[in-house]
Amino acid sequence: MYTTELQKNAQVQNLEDPAKLEAFEARVAADEFIEPKDWMPEAYRRTLTRQISQHAHSEIVGMLPEGNWISRAPSLRRKAILLAKVQDEAGHGLYLYSAAETLGTSRQEMIEALHSGKAKYSTIFNYPTLTWADIGAIGWLVDGAAIMNQVPLQRTSYGPYARAMVRVCKEESFHQRQGYEIMMAMCAGTADQKRMAQDALNRWWWPSLMMFGPTDDNSPNTAQSMRWRIKRDTNDELRQKFVDITVPQADALGLTVPDPQVKWNEAKGGYDFGEVDWEEFYAVVKGEGPVAKERMKARREAWEKGAWVREAAAAYAEKLAAREAA
Amino acid sequence: MSKDWPLWEVFVRSKGGMAHRHVGSVHAPDAEIALRHARDTYTRRMEGVSLWVVPSASIIASDPRDDAQMFDPAEDKIYRHPTFYNIPDDVKHI
Repeated sequence: MYTTELQKNAQVQNLEDPAKLEAFEARVAADEFIEPKDWMPEAYRRTLTRQISQHAHSEIVGMLPEGNWISRAPSLRRKAILLAKVQDEAGHGLYLYSAAETLGTSRQEMIEALHSGKAKYSTIFNYPTLTWADIGAIGWLVDGAAIMNQVPLQRTSYGPYARAMVRVCKEESFHQRQGYEIMMAMCAGTADQKRMAQDALNRWWWPSLMMFGPTDDNSPNTAQSMRWRIKRDTNDELRQKFVDITVPQADALGLTVPDPQVKWNEAKGGYDFGEVDWEEFYAVVKGEGPVAKERMKARREAWEKGAWVREAAAAYAEKLAAREAA
Repeated sequence: MSKDWPLWEVFVRSKGGMAHRHVGSVHAPDAEIALRHARDTYTRRMEGVSLWVVPSASIIASDPRDDAQMFDPAEDKIYRHPTFYNIPDDVKHI
């Protein structure tokens, strides 16, 4: 899972030592990696902290829509697979929180920012998962979009983030394939099952395109992030790539993407497609997604219900330490 | 007989972007000398761009007697691998 940069605030001014800044920019331009102990501009640190923590939050919140379906998976095989996938998402969240912590923000601060609603996470998780076919569509489309976003991030300029992405990408491939396999099974099933698959595609297609973030001309931080090699491709480039590889995959399933404007454009060597409903996108970013409140409530409840376990473990460690000291 | 200096584990980052990797250990009386010894022992031929030294006593290792219960459970979960899923060859980029 991946969330793209969601903050729309104006570009941060650089008030840094020009010599240091120049040396930093030269290193990044030469595709060198920046490591935690290296000097970096404050704006770089802030942008990365925000992006990596948003990414981590998305992995954690991303467990909720799928976790809902573990007990209702149609077979033991599907149950084991979904359980393994949700477990991976937790792992991805942990890799990413660790990477973000190297920039100087504590895990506690990040988790509080998520729970207070201050921090963003991917808009995609604020849509409901209504049928089993949604689990197929999520793996295929949502994880497909995530892979599209994450593959270039393996070469992002911040070392700990890049290394976390290498691990994540290696593990993510199974997520997409199990989703596509569910879709294949539904499409080879009864007419009702195929209708469910089409319905899931209809509902997840546009939210998946939104995962790439606002259009390039509405993405004020893209230029800076590209120059600093935090991002390697623009939102629109990645969205186009996603459409180009996904439309034929839908064809292979015998399904139709819910956009009458999708049409192969020989001249550009890619598909033309319709406009995303940006009003809906910004509403969901603001927390007006269909199940946004439910997600955050579930997340906070899980945290609060787990508090006694964390407290007991800490108390036990303290007791052992006291005993050793005595 | 005098006592050995404490043991330190040495990790080298071979080049920017790579993780530090364990290469061996050195004896040293303190962290600073451990770093110097590590440099002289393990990076005489441009093997790295960054060094970590960690007191060996601080490393908590899994017990080899627990290997089976620690690692075997992953063995039969082949569905965690992408190759477990059969996707037709004509479906690309997946």
